[in-house]
Amino acid sequence: MTSSRSLTARELTLGYDARTVVDGLDLDIPPGRITVIVGANACGKSTLLRGLARLLVPSGGTVLLDGRDIHRMPTVQVARVLGLLPQSPIAPDSITVADLVARGRYPHQGWLHRRSGDSDAIVDGAMASAGVLDLAERSMDELSGGQRQRVWIAMALAQQTDLLLLDEPTTYLDISHQIEVLDLLVDLNAERGTTVVMVLHELSLACRYAEHLVAMREGRVVAAGSPSDIVDAELVRRVFGVDSLVVPDPVSRSPMVVPFSRHHRPGEPAR
Amino acid sequence: MTRRTGSRTRERGPARRRALGALILIAALLTACLASLAVGTAQIPLHTVWHAITAYDPTDPEHIAIVAKRLPRTLAGLAVGAALGLSGTLAQGLTRNPLADPGILGISQGAALAVVTAITVFGATAPSQYLWFAFLGACVAAILVWTIASRGRDGATPVKLALAGAAIAASFGSLVAGVLIANQQALDTMRFWQVGSLAGRGLDVLLPALPAIVLASLGALLMGRSLNLLALGDDTAQALGLKPGRSRLISGALMAVLAGAATAVAGPIAFLGLVVPHAVRFVVGHDYRWVLAYSAPAAAALLVAADVVARIVARPGEVQVGIVLAVIGAPVFIGIVRRGKAAGL
Amino acid sequence: MTAQPGTARGPADGSVSRASRTRLGRRVTLVGCALFALTALLFVVALLLGEAGLSPAEVLEAFTGRADRVTAFVVLQLRLPRAIAAALVGVCLGVSGAVFQSVVRNPLASPDIVGVTAGAGTAGVAGVLVFGVSGLALSITVVAGGMLTAVVVAALTWRRGIHGMRLVLIGVGAAALATALTSYLLTRVDVRDAHVAYTWLVGSLNGTDWPIVWVLIALAFVVLVMLGAQRRSLRVLELGDATAAALGFRVERARIGVLLTAVVLAAVAVGTSGPIGFVALMAPQIARRLVGRTSLSLVASAAVGAALVSASDLIAQYLVPTISFPVGVVTGVIGAPYLAWLLAGSRTRSRSGGSS
Repeated sequence: MTSSRSLTARELTLGYDARTVVDGLDLDIPPGRITVIVGANACGKSTLLRGLARLLVPSGGTVLLDGRDIHRMPTVQVARVLGLLPQSPIAPDSITVADLVARGRYPHQGWLHRRSGDSDAIVDGAMASAGVLDLAERSMDELSGGQRQRVWIAMALAQQTDLLLLDEPTTYLDISHQIEVLDLLVDLNAERGTTVVMVLHELSLACRYAEHLVAMREGRVVAAGSPSDIVDAELVRRVFGVDSLVVPDPVSRSPMVVPFSRHHRPGEPAR
Repeated sequence: MTRRTGSRTRERGPARRRALGALILIAALLTACLASLAVGTAQIPLHTVWHAITAYDPTDPEHIAIVAKRLPRTLAGLAVGAALGLSGTLAQGLTRNPLADPGILGISQGAALAVVTAITVFGATAPSQYLWFAFLGACVAAILVWTIASRGRDGATPVKLALAGAAIAASFGSLVAGVLIANQQALDTMRFWQVGSLAGRGLDVLLPALPAIVLASLGALLMGRSLNLLALGDDTAQALGLKPGRSRLISGALMAVLAGAATAVAGPIAFLGLVVPHAVRFVVGHDYRWVLAYSAPAAAALLVAADVVARIVARPGEVQVGIVLAVIGAPVFIGIVRRGKAAGL
Repeated sequence: MTAQPGTARGPADGSVSRASRTRLGRRVTLVGCALFALTALLFVVALLLGEAGLSPAEVLEAFTGRADRVTAFVVLQLRLPRAIAAALVGVCLGVSGAVFQSVVRNPLASPDIVGVTAGAGTAGVAGVLVFGVSGLALSITVVAGGMLTAVVVAALTWRRGIHGMRLVLIGVGAAALATALTSYLLTRVDVRDAHVAYTWLVGSLNGTDWPIVWVLIALAFVVLVMLGAQRRSLRVLELGDATAAALGFRVERARIGVLLTAVVLAAVAVGTSGPIGFVALMAPQIARRLVGRTSLSLVASAAVGAALVSASDLIAQYLVPTISFPVGVVTGVIGAPYLAWLLAGSRTRSRSGGSS
């Protein structure tokens, strides 16, 4: 059940034009687990994810999928194994949910794309898992932000990949939608053994949902491991430059980060 | 103490650049004007030009040529150029988009349609008669383009403005075409007008438009502060005390008037209003007060210079100045787009 | 408000998406058939109307070979090719416009923006006025001019790929240059020649003869088949570069392939009739509104385009008894109120949140 696909980065260097964003980075994504990448703004986490997803050509180093250089593999082959939900996905205004989700099947459909009953069942299944089956006939521009995000996840589900990469899937969502999406990913990982890699900017949520946490700073990995092992005040200071108190989350027992600020320090009354 | 010296030293650099720029500009203007007076079907030596201005002799045919034909033409070039330069700067400021230009925004076609209507329906013959039509046409086109482009989520982005402008230009162009095909006489007049030319533009064409150009130019020069605030976005501008809607309306009206007047005098001339503010920005920076102030004379100089080129290039005949500017302007425009950063482009 | 995860899990057996697809497919087929029927009707009308004052029986005789030479000539050599050309040009323009609007992701996009139309126009005017070309040779010149302009614009846009917005802006610049050159050429000749060139420039089906129509049919067929093969690329490109890449598509290659096909379609259309304004812009939008919930329908756009051009040509020829306008005038005139309608029917959709 657990996916055995391995995704690793070896001395990966990525950049845009003249700017290097990720520098000589090594990373092993544990198969079948949920990995979360965190870091300050502009530390390169999105760039790293895009590099892993084959969207960026590295200026140095390699990304290996099952030990093979991902850039030497045919695009379609990669797409059958690795799915991506980008940061601000674009959809034409009046596309229906069912239509959009169905496009997730393209990597598996040959050139003449004979649409089989199988395919329809998979699409329906994906929509059901994401909880958008009843929205199938609606057009995307009628949906709320949370619903739209779930539709995009449904499309990624329809792609039926062993690996799913998500770039900030919870930005702009309110707390209930954030939790909804993250719980959905946990279900996916549990039911299908999909390896999930996502970038989150909310540190405490990341600690709650990550089985493997990767903390980045200025294009390099500062720490990687299970949240309870690596997250402490010292790490928060190194990665975010913020003093904090790290306590166990009362509900999930994962590390919860309580930041200090100039106006809020322990021992002082709140202003 | 240190801070005061700091800001003063910081201002010295740009001020020096502006001063230098002003000097170059004045020199360019003078050269262009002198060339414009000297060059033509007959090359007239400079000292004769000087005499013609200072000690006008009504019996000297060269003096007559200068004062009766070339001088008005040069003045028209200066006025039209200044109007287009200001109008282009206004367009860029009010759309917050460095690639705006009244010519590309379909405004010239609006003026063209109005002029054609004036000629065929209302029997207007003199520019002074269809002047007002040109204004109206330019304004209507401006409003239409803006409204269409603002439709949708992100408002009037550069791309949507370009597309809306192209759509309006095409639409109005077809209407113009319909009229001209039915009326060959009108076609004969309009096909020369469509290209944008200063040939034969004398005081009779310039003077009726001049008050509008002068007044609107003065108004435009005063809009610098508003444009600077608009550049920060509507919300911030409002927080800083500006009424964005009203400022945009006034700027837009001034832009349409200037573009309309210029088009009424010389026909549709594209690119001048687009390229000049960019060149000016290299020298004076992004403060719209300076950009406006320098755009007017710079555009004037450029137009007159282009007119000189137009007279030289195909001797003894002439190429229209609109062509010369398009041939120069299009590559520059494309160069700007290519160099532009990805954001918004 | 938000569906609780779990309540929207229904029978996941494929019935929902299949139903959705069928519904959509049915709608497209319905609209397509209706429009093609309309076009067929207009086609017949085009064959029947005209100065020669032929009765329907006489027109029918022309096809069965029992009419006299004049009737046969009028019907088979004048009206028939023109009617066919009108429909096919409409198809090409409609499809081309649909592709551009999809790739550039803007409802105001059309092949004009890449400078194809303007460049083709300049080539055409130059051909007519400078080189004295006409007929099929002129069409070929025009197509070449349009393609050349598009290639130049694409080359100038290239910076590790073709980004839609840069393409538009550079295309606008190139189009402006081409238009200036055309205007210049128009001033250099006798007014009668200018009138002829101008008429062509506006988009006219006058003088469409069989050689042109055969070439049009052949080219259109080939290109449309090529585009059909790229339908999936189109659907996926709509979803943005990142998603498209994630779905296994070579984004740049797909984009270029699709745009190239669209450009060729537009160039071929312009080669046949001169630049007919607005059809490429209007047809896809009208098609979308007719078909309803879909992102892109090439078939519907083609059908609308065909109907639009056929109708416009009839109006252009017969509306005003004494003057036969070129078809481009009518489409352009329709264009202005069309834009107004687009305006009036628009809702400023504000989405909650920024992403997705």
